[in-house]
Amino acid sequence: MITEKGFFNKIKNFLIFAGPTTFVFLSVVIIPFIFGIYLSLTNWDGIASTYCFIGFQNYLTVFQDQFFWQSFLLTAKYVLSMVALVNVIAFGLAYLLTSGVKGEKILRAGFFVPNLIGGIVLGLIWHFVFSRAFVFIGKSLNFPFLSYSWLANPQKALWALVIVSVWQYSGYMMLIHIAGLVNIPKELIEAAIIDGASNGQRLRGIILPLMVPSFVVSIFLSLQRGFMVYDVNLALTDGGPFRSTELISMHVYKKAFLAQEYGIGQAQAFFLFMIVAAITLTQVYFSKKLEVEM
Amino acid sequence: MEFEAKKGNRKNILHLGKHIFLFLLLLIYLFPFYLVVVNSLKERKDIISNPLGLSGGAKFGNFLEAFTKMNYLEGFLNSLVITALSVLIIAFFSSMTAYYFLRFKGKINKILFFMMITSMLIPFQSIMIPLVRIYGSTFKILDNKWILIFMYLGFGASLSVFVYHGFMKSIAVELEEAAFVDGCTRIQTFFKIVFPLLKPTTSTLIVLNVLWIWNDFLLPSLVLISKANRTLPLSTFYFHGTYTSDYGLLMAGLLLTILPVIAFFLLMQKHIISGIMQGAIK
Repeated sequence: MITEKGFFNKIKNFLIFAGPTTFVFLSVVIIPFIFGIYLSLTNWDGIASTYCFIGFQNYLTVFQDQFFWQSFLLTAKYVLSMVALVNVIAFGLAYLLTSGVKGEKILRAGFFVPNLIGGIVLGLIWHFVFSRAFVFIGKSLNFPFLSYSWLANPQKALWALVIVSVWQYSGYMMLIHIAGLVNIPKELIEAAIIDGASNGQRLRGIILPLMVPSFVVSIFLSLQRGFMVYDVNLALTDGGPFRSTELISMHVYKKAFLAQEYGIGQAQAFFLFMIVAAITLTQVYFSKKLEVEM
Repeated sequence: MEFEAKKGNRKNILHLGKHIFLFLLLLIYLFPFYLVVVNSLKERKDIISNPLGLSGGAKFGNFLEAFTKMNYLEGFLNSLVITALSVLIIAFFSSMTAYYFLRFKGKINKILFFMMITSMLIPFQSIMIPLVRIYGSTFKILDNKWILIFMYLGFGASLSVFVYHGFMKSIAVELEEAAFVDGCTRIQTFFKIVFPLLKPTTSTLIVLNVLWIWNDFLLPSLVLISKANRTLPLSTFYFHGTYTSDYGLLMAGLLLTILPVIAFFLLMQKHIISGIMQGAIK
């Protein structure tokens, strides 16, 4: 280790190397985060220059707010189905694509393409697909389930959102699973083939246990994206019809910036942080336990 | 013998089936993009009567109209400036910070590094209200590209510092010590010896950050208020709000918005795919 001479030298080096990043990081992330906790304990309305400290009243209001819980349950339903489907499809694609396929590169790039494009554009594209193209197909081929726009139906709109997100993220998570599959030592698979293990036995006995780290990463990423989804939600359904797709991020946004109840909005946002932190940390903790030592 | 042949046949059929399945699935995945391309070449009435095919021949008028009506050039240039500068600034400052955190193991460094890693768990939504309050109501410095770039450094630094830190552990200190003996200062050592070695990590991070910042919507929608400052996702969104049912025009606008990213992907395909795969292992 290289040692530094003198106290001033130390300070100088800190300011040169870590100073700018630390300053910006603290003023953009940490200070707003802490200030946000304080804001959630006040009755600030976004305009008034004076506001007072009201303790935990905002949190009480949030817990009694039926629309907040409705939005929270919708988000849970959306996140659960999205994470499950994305990971199953992504692993399936990765498994097939690493098993010796012609045109592997084209397929990989093609499945990945939706990830290049922002949520707003994807949402607008699928808005057209659901409200025009699918309805046209449904009517001309007489499919009753496609003959109306899913986006106008409160029972179907959330599933439209799930479909778009699965389509959007499965290519990305596929790359993560491919990276994991490629790293499994060939000797292990060969040894299993010599021992007469079938395809299914190899998958269950060797591949899946060794893929736990990849699943940790991809479930972590898809959980986080699921809870934070906003762009696609806004462009595809804008929370409608009848609030049937107003997920938690959009709910917080509307509460704060449209209804101007900043204190309550911030209390909801802080609650969202606690849920996301708790779920992702538990997930990482339990999946680390499943990991196999090599 | 006969048994072997049968087994071979079954294998071939499975192999073929796998290919057919994958390519069919690819067509389904790309179907929405096909619709955008086809309908950007049509007029509204042709789209309503049949949104799937190209019946009346291709017309390119929509593109010119969308280009002017959505202020495409302005949005494109704003996005370009913001993305390019943010990405370079993030790479520059986070690599230096990561280097410092790795080579100097003081208490403050440990605390800062820990804070950066744990801050990655904070959803942006739980910061956005105080962020707007501090930079909007108190300092009144929103609606400014430079503030947005400043914020991107703040939000992007954690991941980049973390990834650089992880990669730098594999670089031998001896190289740097040799540079010291030759009379290099600490900064010269970093830029002449360490930074060039970080190239693979830098390209991975640039790819990840370009895709994030170029496509980001929520943060710029809060920070950039005036029309002249809008990035491409913002102008696309407001354009869509104004011409909701003029489908041909909208599809042309969407296609124009997608093209730069597709071009970036085709140019950088190798880096993007391997960058994400490496980013995942970290």
